[in-house]
Amino acid sequence: MKTAISTLAVECPKHLKHALTLLHESLATERLTPLAGGTDLFVYLNAGSHRGTRFLDLAPCAELRGIKAIKGRLRIGALETFDRIARHPKMAAWPLLVQAARCVGAAQIQNRGTIGGNIANASPAGDSLPVLLAYDALVHVASVRGERTIPFRELQTGYRQLALEADELIVAVELPEVPAGAKQFFRKVGTRAAQSISKVVFAGVLVPGRGGQWSHVRLAWGSMAPITVRSLRAEAALLAHKPSAQAAAWADVALGEDLVPIDDIRSDAEYRLSAARHVLAQFLRSSHAGFRG
Amino acid sequence: MARSRTASPERPARKTITLPASVGVNVPRKDGRDKVTGAALYLDDLRVPGVLHGRTVRSTVANARIVSVTLDPAFDWTGMTVVDHRDIPGENCVAVIERDQPMLASTHVRHVDEPILLLAHEDAERVEAAVSAVKIEYEPLTPALNLEESLEKKALVRGDDNVFKTIRIERGDLDEAFVRSDRVIEGEYWCGHQEQLYIENNAMLAERTKDGGIHIRGSMQCPYYVHGALQVLLNLPPEKVRIEQTVTGGGFGGKEDYPSVIGGHAALLAWKSGRPVKIVYDRLEDLAATTKRHPARVRIKTGVMNDGTLVALDADVVMDGGAYLTLTPVVLSRGAIHAGGCYRWDAARIFARAVATNTPPNGAFRGFGAPQTLFAIESHMDRIAAELGMDPLALRRKNAVKLGDVTPTGQVLKESVGSHEVLERTAKRAKYAEKRARYERENAAAEAAERAGKGAKDGRRLRRGIGMALAMHGAGFTGSGESKLNSLAALDLTPDGRPCVRISNTEIGQGTNTVFGQIVGEVLGIPHEQVLVHVPDTDHVPDSGPTVASRTLMVVGGLIEKCAKKMKEKLELFAEHPIEGGADFARIAKRWLKERGPLRVEQRYQKPTGIEWDDDTYQGDAYGVFAYAAIAVEVEVDLDTAETKLLHVTTAQDIGRAIHPVLCAGQIEGGTLQGLGWALMEEVRHKDGKVWNHQLTNYIIPTSADAPPIDVEIVEIPYSNGPWGAKGVGELPMDVPAPAVIAAIAHATGCRLDEIPATPERLMRALQRRGA
Ligand SMILES: Cc1cc2nc3c(=O)[nH]c(=O)nc-3n(C[C@H](O)[C@H](O)[C@H](O)COP(=O)(O)OP(=O)(O)OC[C@H]3O[C@@H](n4cnc5c(N)ncnc54)[C@H](O)[C@@H]3O)c2cc1C
Repeated sequence: MKTAISTLAVECPKHLKHALTLLHESLATERLTPLAGGTDLFVYLNAGSHRGTRFLDLAPCAELRGIKAIKGRLRIGALETFDRIARHPKMAAWPLLVQAARCVGAAQIQNRGTIGGNIANASPAGDSLPVLLAYDALVHVASVRGERTIPFRELQTGYRQLALEADELIVAVELPEVPAGAKQFFRKVGTRAAQSISKVVFAGVLVPGRGGQWSHVRLAWGSMAPITVRSLRAEAALLAHKPSAQAAAWADVALGEDLVPIDDIRSDAEYRLSAARHVLAQFLRSSHAGFRG
Repeated sequence: MARSRTASPERPARKTITLPASVGVNVPRKDGRDKVTGAALYLDDLRVPGVLHGRTVRSTVANARIVSVTLDPAFDWTGMTVVDHRDIPGENCVAVIERDQPMLASTHVRHVDEPILLLAHEDAERVEAAVSAVKIEYEPLTPALNLEESLEKKALVRGDDNVFKTIRIERGDLDEAFVRSDRVIEGEYWCGHQEQLYIENNAMLAERTKDGGIHIRGSMQCPYYVHGALQVLLNLPPEKVRIEQTVTGGGFGGKEDYPSVIGGHAALLAWKSGRPVKIVYDRLEDLAATTKRHPARVRIKTGVMNDGTLVALDADVVMDGGAYLTLTPVVLSRGAIHAGGCYRWDAARIFARAVATNTPPNGAFRGFGAPQTLFAIESHMDRIAAELGMDPLALRRKNAVKLGDVTPTGQVLKESVGSHEVLERTAKRAKYAEKRARYERENAAAEAAERAGKGAKDGRRLRRGIGMALAMHGAGFTGSGESKLNSLAALDLTPDGRPCVRISNTEIGQGTNTVFGQIVGEVLGIPHEQVLVHVPDTDHVPDSGPTVASRTLMVVGGLIEKCAKKMKEKLELFAEHPIEGGADFARIAKRWLKERGPLRVEQRYQKPTGIEWDDDTYQGDAYGVFAYAAIAVEVEVDLDTAETKLLHVTTAQDIGRAIHPVLCAGQIEGGTLQGLGWALMEEVRHKDGKVWNHQLTNYIIPTSADAPPIDVEIVEIPYSNGPWGAKGVGELPMDVPAPAVIAAIAHATGCRLDEIPATPERLMRALQRRGA
């Protein structure tokens, strides 16, 4: 453990309001670091890369828990773990998030790791994030000044940077209803079968319109850029077109312009782009038999 | 697990009394309960009053002159012990084969993470903080960071040619053999570093003793190696150095030579501070700084006949030893001897070199050089089969060694040759022929369906394949190694009349202590639980050699068997009746102790007759015997992501008599998985000479979710010089998985990789080159 544990302190709030007050007041000295499941924070502490010494335990904040359906929409508390998400009966209408949750780390991590932590940690490889982007998720945040809602697509502003104030907490994510008849697809390409960080992670939603043309297209990617991204050119290549080998070929070319991945410790740009193109082709094949890949 | 056995040699005839047999029975592990309940104390669990925590300050550049070392005056150094090369009482070296490696760098650093300074403090957090308060200034020099740069002499790391060792093995008229061959087939094969990844990181504790010596406890394979190195470092006579093994969480070769380094560091800090000092690496440091498997490049040129008969072998092996020699010459030797694989060659030339690079020194790792050259020759066999249009199994059948065949070192295989047996059993259990045909059919059908736009519903494009490999692995030390070791083992009686095994071989998770209990129990006719195995402690056990080279059971087990026979003879003569079980043994033993005093029997290694080796010509009996393994690996490759999934593994291994079949199967399963990891995902990546992925997040080993079912068949063809016919099992399983994986991928996709690991990145490039 590279961090001196004896120098660390944890504040235990009574409820959300109290937590927000403590967090706000801490800005005057050293900002409290919110602590949810700790599955990211403990890794940083072990490596000595987390500078803060004061933590705010979110566990007592009951307001951050709960999975509730409201008029076809779903609200998931920030403290909900991936295990609870994967098992919740209401999740059936959002299968991509269930699939993503089941491939985060392995059982132990899914038992502790939270969706709020995944969002706030803002790793380009966060497995739930392309799903949130593909589902047009909304993120509810709160501070002593009250609550506000930020579309997930506006939340990430740069590498590990969020459009959050220093004294704001993520309270919940909200998933809108998925249009009827949607084809949905999730694929994680990691380093191995479990306990693996994504080299490419993809979530896609395709909705056929009345005339058979795609009327709604979301192609969202993790590990392909400093933030979670949608491949807008590829989406445009499919939108308003009927499923065809030609449309698939256009989307494939467009994807090559959308995505500019990097070489890093886990993979290289060439592989990431090839795998991404193949994954998109696989989605298109699976969503419309008769395509050629 | 299945077993098949051929007749056992002279099993000791039993009297009328029936006793619980031990040998060949799956008795509970001696150390099992303590390990499962957490009662076993690993080094870091030991609470030592007054202990200081030691840390190592390491270099950050690959090749440089040290200009200055400064302790930041702004840091509070109170209570901190600081050691550098000037504090070394003896010679500044890690004494192994040579003394080229400094214990602490003085004027130069030759690799990243080379130890320069040692720190110790009562407070573990303070010493951690102190590491970054040491400023080291370098004058950087150009480094040679891999074996190609070393061969090009981009930097001189060793001597005037960077070569640590050269080995030539020559047999027969090679030129004539190539002329006679129908075809010449060539290949070049590469394999990278691999980390042993024992669960317990390296850890040592050192204390000065009252009599002016040093006492070291820690996680290790070979107490007497540390014993030797510490005498040189501290300039102490042997009796002043005491090395004691603590419960060890795995080794795989990674705790063969490295404990001399960390043990030396702990000793230097203890020497200067006068306090006990503990050094426990975390995973980041262990992965970055400790020894790895040697990377290798193997070029093979073969002459073959059109019917598949192998004629001529010309192999050129280069291994990367890292910055210092460590055990490299011995690793190279085993690699060179195994380079011809498990086959008959009319003529062979094996030219092997180990070179120096500015990277952390490489060392021992399960298989010790053989997996590298066997990966090459087995991959090459698959290539030959493909070029001849022959089934790889048929090619192996035709050429695999048989009893009486001669190896490239001129060794006549006189007994216990299981090559064909393991090959046929593996092929049969794996349903090799049927699967090969079926996968080919299914792959062709899938491809046709995809072309027609009628592929799998989920859009996946999957291909399956099966590949095989075969290997022989020399058991015990190479060449005259065993004679030079001159091992001594002892068996004595404790005051309460229990037999106690005294050897320096260590239990590191493989089950050594359990099988030694079985051996002694079997000979004495007493329950194995009654037998004690003494903690390997150089004050209390003789030097029975290191725990390496699959030798512990076969060689030292044989010595202990002889000790037990001697003890039995003495006690039975004394009692004037045969020992009748455990209680009777205890009675006789106690009477002996009372009437005659202590009882201790010893046995020294004696070279079996008819085994000759010449170190100068590299000709002769390289090993007393070989163990044999065949494997069939089935894979599924996703053409979209180039990910390879392991579907099933079947392996038959001839290890001679299995003293404890479950432990043997455990070795085989574990070694197989380690080999599969090396084949597919384990890759040490360097950046400017530093291990880049020195965390478990990014140094990828298989998890249980990646492990396929492994179907093990133990084949028991006895060896006359092993206890009950036992041969070695520890390393053998590491030899075969990698080439079989590559063969299976080639079968599935038509793409043959000549470099491992076969990561999706490599395979994707190959698939794209081929236009898939
Ligand atoms: C072995 C292992 C495997 C892993 N595998 C994966 C994987 O496969 N895929 C993947 O995506 N991730 C993986 N992770 C990373 C991690 O588990 C996830 O990112 C997880 O979602 C983090 O949640 P947490 O509750 O543990 O966060 P914490 O560690 O508690 O917090 C993470 C960050 O978020 C902040 N934070 C947490 N909650 C809030 C909130 N409500 N409001 C504001 N800020 C907040 C914290 O201050 C901190 O900066 C893995 C981690 C480990 C250790």
